[in-house]
Order: sequence, then structure tokens, then C-alpha cells
Amino acid sequence: MTERTMIQFEDVHKSLAGAHVLQGLNLSVAHGEIMVIVGHTGSGKSVTLRHIIGLHSPDSGRVLVDGVDLSSLSRGQMEKMRARFGVLFQSAALMNWMNVFDNIALPLRECTKLSASGIKEKVEKALCLLGLENDAMKMPDEISGGMRKRVGIARAIIMEPEILLYDEPTSGLDPVMSRKIDELVLSLNHKLKITSIVVTHDLCSAFGIADRVAMLDAGRVIECGGPEDFKNSKNEYVQNFLAAQFNTSKLRSMEMHNGTHA
Amino acid sequence: MIIPYEPDYYQPSGNPVVRIGRHCLKGLRAVGRALLMAVQAFCFIPLFYKGRAEISRQMYVAGLCSVGVTSAVALMTGMILCLQTGLFLRDYGQEMRVGTLVAQAMCREMGPLMTALILAASVGSAMAAQLGTMAVSEEVAALEVMSINPVRFLVMPRLLAMLFMCPVLTVYTNIIGILGGGLVASTQLDVAWAAYYDNVLFMLHAKEIWIGVIKALIFAVIIVTIACFQGFSAREGAVGVGNATRKTVVFSFLSILITGYFVTRLMYD
Repeated sequence: MTERTMIQFEDVHKSLAGAHVLQGLNLSVAHGEIMVIVGHTGSGKSVTLRHIIGLHSPDSGRVLVDGVDLSSLSRGQMEKMRARFGVLFQSAALMNWMNVFDNIALPLRECTKLSASGIKEKVEKALCLLGLENDAMKMPDEISGGMRKRVGIARAIIMEPEILLYDEPTSGLDPVMSRKIDELVLSLNHKLKITSIVVTHDLCSAFGIADRVAMLDAGRVIECGGPEDFKNSKNEYVQNFLAAQFNTSKLRSMEMHNGTHA
Repeated sequence: MIIPYEPDYYQPSGNPVVRIGRHCLKGLRAVGRALLMAVQAFCFIPLFYKGRAEISRQMYVAGLCSVGVTSAVALMTGMILCLQTGLFLRDYGQEMRVGTLVAQAMCREMGPLMTALILAASVGSAMAAQLGTMAVSEEVAALEVMSINPVRFLVMPRLLAMLFMCPVLTVYTNIIGILGGGLVASTQLDVAWAAYYDNVLFMLHAKEIWIGVIKALIFAVIIVTIACFQGFSAREGAVGVGNATRKTVVFSFLSILITGYFVTRLMYD
């Protein structure tokens, strides 16, 4: 049986402020998989994500979601398409004048005809799933960065999307909290059977959760494969990127070997 | 797209004519987008019940929070108007007419103008700062992704609130200004309160008051359109938000003054 392709980039080119950010991007994401996109700063990761949710449209090429070309959609059709997505933005993008409960309930109140009790039930379920039961009445500036990310995830999944997009979900978090977010991404993918696309710099996180890892450089995919295939890639750029991740431990072991450790 | 998620970009050119032309094009595009946003916000007004909490909040900010400064400015404006015109009229023995002049000036021009300028500086700049902060921290993009139209969710409540509060504050400003004038007339110009009051009512027609209200409505649309558009267009973090706030005040002031002149010409010429 052919695997269903949820997201497809076909030779996508995009320039922003004079910079040719995407230079012939080709990428496909299958239904139910976790695709992690990595790359150095400025390689086009976030721009790629914003194409999927329709905030950018390509200068040339096509972006297909479940076989539908996004550039062919009217505004109304795009809004219906976006209902299939949930997005966790880098800073969680919570509405600062609303508490945690109201932030999570926002899409239900604005886009559905659910009663107040129905909304309360769904939001409380999401709060339980993400361990936020005691924080419902807190304001965004009263909670930690990790909790903000979890509220962002709760808001992203409340409409039961088919596709979840994460933009740097572990940025600014300590390693312990980062691993908790990784576990959440994995469990949501398995429990809710959704397609997940994660943009991250964190290779530990990437290898922990990915079905496939795609590396972007100069707006193109230069390597794409399972975590082990990615680690064993013969591409020099990929190897340099991997080496840079573990640079500190390599230096420390060299110091100890040479007896220069203080 | 009404809300720009991509910066307008033109290839740099050394030719000054080309650069001026491109600045003009950029400006025209911005004006076009702002007008489209305003039209869209008006189209969403029938859905006001969805944003009733936000409308109430914005009415509080635009109305109640502005009463203090509006009162002070209105009082002083009325007092200065009365003093300046009264001293001049006294030379001709006509200081009794000062009530007419103060009332007409306040209702036709000073009331709507001063109120709009205060609201642009205080409320408009706050709107631009809030929406600009939301734009740079991706909250506006988050609304789009949740299929919540940012114009309906953010602009329409502000527009409705301002359409209500600006005329109300304008009428309030007129009353306070006239009272301020009466204070000066009775204490500095030896015009009795009764005489001042009779003169106010003698030449003040409903037309003056209604034209003032119409001006207030037009100014309300100008302030909200400019503030919200500048906020949505903010880029580059805190610097961008600061620029959006500054541009809101400058463009609002200029637009209010120019529009006010043409409305006056249209209504009174």
C-alpha cells in the first residue's frame, strides 16, 4: 500500500528582503511520521514551516498539503485548511491578556459552536494531558518557559489537528525540560496519530524523536533519512554540523588526554 | 494579504528618482492595505457580539481612561479661547458675544480636533504598541493559523469602541470647554453667567453639534486604521514597535488636521 504523503514541497523557491532563502526545496512528509528539520541559522527552516501554514507563498514551485496546492486556495479555503494544523510557535505566542484556560479555549470559542460546558471539558482534558491542571487561572507572564510551551502545545492540539508543526520547541529550555517536551511530542504523535514536523537546532532532541531527519542548507535539503542514516551520512557538511554539536565534549576529552585539565 | 507577513522589498538603486518613486509606491501600497483593512473591519461589525468582551475593554481604555486628560485640555482650551476672543471683543464693547464664539469654535472645530489628537496620542499609540508587540512575537500569525481573522478579532473591537467613545468624548469636551469659557468670562471679562449662557444658546444650532460628531466619527476611523495597520506592520522587535508607535502618532496627527480642514470646507463652504 502506498504511503499517504501529507506535505510535499516541489522545487520551491522563495526570496525575502532580497535574499534567496529557499532555492529549489524538495521535501515530502508521510502521514503519521515525525519529520525533524535541522540546519544552521538562516538555512530556511522557519520559512519552510511558514509555507506549510500559508503565511508565505512560494515564488515558484508548489507546496501541497494532502495533495492540495496551497496557492490555489481562496482565503476561505485556506482557513478551512488551517483548521487541520496545530502550530507551536517558538515563543508559544500566547495572548498575554488571557489566562492559560482562555488561551487554550480561544480556538474553540472563536471557531466552533461548542457550549461553555463543552469547551470547559475539552480544555480540562488538554490541561490534564499536559500536566497543567493547577495552572489554568495563571497569566502567561506568571508561568515558566517550559509551561508556556506546554500551553502552546495544548492550544495547538485542542482542535484535534491532523498535522502538528513545532518551531524550535525546546529553544530556551534546560535539558531536563527539553527532554520532557520531546516525550510530549512523541506521545502526542502516538496517541493522536498525527503527522508532526519539528524545526530545531537541538540534535539530541532530533535523534530522540525523529522518524526522519532532513537537513537544510542554502534553502535545499542536502540530507534526509532516519536518525542512524543521518548520523552515518557521508556528506561533509552534515558531519561538520554533527561534530559542532559535540564540540565541547570533544575539547574536554582532548584536554584530559593531554593532562591540561585544571 | 492585508496583514504583511513579508517585508516590501525593492532592489537598491543609486538613482534618486527611482528611490523616490519606490518610496511613493511603498507608501501607496501601505495606504491601500490600510484602507482594505478598515473596510474589512467595517464588514465584521455585524459580528460584534463575538468580540463584546474586547469591545468593552477597549471602550474603557479609549473612554474612561481618557476622561482626565480630555477634561484638562478641554477646560484650558475653552478658557484660552474665551480669554483671547473676549479681550479682542472688549475693545469694541462686544464682550457679551464671547459665549457665541467659544461655543461655535468648540463645537465646530476645537472639540473634535483636540479630542482626536488626545486619543491619537494616548489610545492610538497604545494600540500600535500592543499590536506591534503581538506582531513581532508571532501572536498575530498564531491567530491566522487558528483560523481567527486578526482584523475581526483585534481591529473590529477597537474600531467599534472608538466609533462610540470619540463622539461621546467630543461632546463632553465641548461642554467642558464652554464651561471653561464661562469661568473666564465671568471672572475676567465681567460677563454674567446668565448672559454667557444665553449667548451660547443663541447662535449654537444643532448643525454645529452634528458636524462635530461627524468629524469625531471620521477621526475615530483614521486613528484606529493607522494605529492597527502600523502595529501589524511592525518588524525587528522593540525598534520596530517603537517606530510603529511613532508613525501612528505622526500620521494620525497629519491625517486628522488635513481631513478636518476638508470636512470643514465641505460642510461650511
